[in-house]
Amino acid sequence: MEMDTITEIPDDEYILKCTSACAGCGDSLTLRYVLKAAGPDIVLVMPAGCTAAFQGIYPKTAFTVPVVNIAFGAAAACASGISRMFLATGRTTKVIVYAGDGGTLDIGLQALSGAFERRTDFLYICYDNEAYGNTGMQRSGATPLGAKTTTTPAGKAEVKKDIDAIIAAHNPPYQATACASYPQDLFRKVRKALTFRGPTFIHVLSPCPPGWRYSSEKTIEVGRLAVKSGMWALWEREHGNLAISAPTKAAMKKPVPLEEYLSVQGRFKGIDGTTVEQLKEQIRETFHRFREEEDRP
Amino acid sequence: MKKIVTGNKAIAEAVRDAKPDVVAAYPITPQTEIVETLAEYVSSGQLASQYIAVESEHSAMAACIGASTAGGRTFTATSSQGLLYMHEMTNWAAGARLPIVMANVNRTLAPGWNIWAEHTDAMQERDTGWLQVFVSTVQEAYDTIFMAFRIAEHNKVLLPVMVNLDGFTLSHIMQPVDTIEPGDFIPPIHLPDSVDPKNPKGYGTITGPGDYFRFRWELAHSMRESVSVIEETQSEFAKRFGRTYGLTEEYRCSDADVVVVSLGTLGKEAEVAIDILRDEGIKAGSLRLRWFRPFPELDLAGKEVVVIDRDYSFGFGGVLAHSIRSKNLVKVYSVIAGLGGQEVTYDDIAGFIRNRRIGGESWFGVNDHV
Ligand SMILES: Cc1ncc(C[n+]2csc(CCOP(=O)(O)OP(=O)(O)O)c2C)c(N)n1
Ligand code: SF4
Ligand SMILES: [Mg+2]
Repeated sequence: MEMDTITEIPDDEYILKCTSACAGCGDSLTLRYVLKAAGPDIVLVMPAGCTAAFQGIYPKTAFTVPVVNIAFGAAAACASGISRMFLATGRTTKVIVYAGDGGTLDIGLQALSGAFERRTDFLYICYDNEAYGNTGMQRSGATPLGAKTTTTPAGKAEVKKDIDAIIAAHNPPYQATACASYPQDLFRKVRKALTFRGPTFIHVLSPCPPGWRYSSEKTIEVGRLAVKSGMWALWEREHGNLAISAPTKAAMKKPVPLEEYLSVQGRFKGIDGTTVEQLKEQIRETFHRFREEEDRP
Repeated sequence: MKKIVTGNKAIAEAVRDAKPDVVAAYPITPQTEIVETLAEYVSSGQLASQYIAVESEHSAMAACIGASTAGGRTFTATSSQGLLYMHEMTNWAAGARLPIVMANVNRTLAPGWNIWAEHTDAMQERDTGWLQVFVSTVQEAYDTIFMAFRIAEHNKVLLPVMVNLDGFTLSHIMQPVDTIEPGDFIPPIHLPDSVDPKNPKGYGTITGPGDYFRFRWELAHSMRESVSVIEETQSEFAKRFGRTYGLTEEYRCSDADVVVVSLGTLGKEAEVAIDILRDEGIKAGSLRLRWFRPFPELDLAGKEVVVIDRDYSFGFGGVLAHSIRSKNLVKVYSVIAGLGGQEVTYDDIAGFIRNRRIGGESWFGVNDHV
């Protein structure tokens, strides 16, 4: 399935080029393909974060779809209101939240959990740059173990919060992970998510040159290394059933050494051997869990 | 039709007949009966609304904001801690010019936990851009809900309205209510800029100082304009349904030498106090503010004024007393009373007036001579 042809992706653009996002911004890339997959009949709900910051300044907007900005912790709740109003009036316009990792794993978690528990009909996309990008790269619950941020100058001492397991516990009809460096896979998953009624979730690793401290032309490469090393895994769950996506299947057979992923980024500079071992152990555990689940009849 | 109901039930009945598209709410004492009753109406088919049983008040207001941005009529109810919890979103609702209507059952703020009536919860919302009205009877609570929707959704206003009623002393008190058929008193909702993918816009997008400043001016302007919309709505209500409401309610004020000013149920208690004082030969009157935002122009010239505050701004004073002082060149005796649900009777209020010390501040029952 991974080998969908690029030709099925429409040429239409719903976010203009030349926003104020940083060069090589993975979030922008993610957003571009999310919008191509979703098409024009949507409402985007957006909490505070980098995307809100580069949307353009009133009276202009970089989007050709409606964008409802909302407070940092309130995206899923605001989307609930829109979704239920559309339900009341029989409108089929899709409601999509586009929120950062901070707006999802941290401050927005309560609203997110509530909206999922209420079976809100919407798609929630978390673009994950593993820190608070908009405020200058402070740690978030999504920052991986060992990564330096401005509030973890010696490297984060705790592991990344498993938001996907938290979402899975809400039993959504569809959830997936994706990565900005695999746009076809992302495109297909967004299209698929939008065929379901009820809450769906896609968690998209979105590399961030200034935050992760690598040079801006390397975004695709860094995202691919994340997947190939196993630091990030691509999969989807339809009604709970796990399907591992092809790039991660390949990584499970033969991962590239984690050091290749870590060494291209300044945020892991000086990481000690024990921490690297802990990260590797995590990857082995994740792959082990995948294999066990796949083997189950 | 006449019936006897609690303040909360009356609010719920009025909301039902105002037909909101979306109700998003979270329970809190003493408001819970409102949202329970609405949930019951929705579940029994008496109200064709979407009822969103949110997981917090922050989300209640955020969901109302979403539904209102999508063009819907929305309602929520809260109290005290719940109102504080949604404070970020109450500012958002007003700034986004969304005509959400909320019932706030006035209750004390913790700590310590205290569920009884106090107005500090509402006072902490006074600078958000919400219109705020305080009611004093079950009938007034009921009637004001209809007016609140009509005022909020008026194209000269487009601002949210908070209907305040005292916890327990009104929310749980049963009084007779004459119900109405609102008919077209509330016109169908039509919001000028609701979300439409065919005409995509940014809502609450990044805004520079120049435009932001202008939006704030427009909000201030609409708040001023709302005075005439309130007056017109109240007189239309009187014409159709026979009950008259003003920006304030005056009782034996015109020839009074001393006027007691208050909000909510204390204003009704004060009327009894005035009758007692008049029998004693004291020319006293009562002025109850119904609308607190917009703050009404008052004519208090030449009178002594006793203000009862069921709230306090620390390091400053009673909010109502200072509001009266700042808008009128009158001398005020500020009485802080009823905090934490402290009982304040008409005899007590008569006492405040008899023993007034113009220029001073007293905390009733704690320190009567600060
Ligand atoms: C209630 C609240 N607290 C803090 C902020 C400041 N703030 C704005 S965006 C942001 C971080 C956003 O991080 P994330 O959600 O990961 O998005 P990113 O900026 O990385 O795209 C913070 C802390 C805010 N806007 N509101
Ligand atoms: S900080 Fe990172 S996520 Fe934010 S705009 Fe720049 S590259 Fe994109
Ligand atoms: Mg982030």
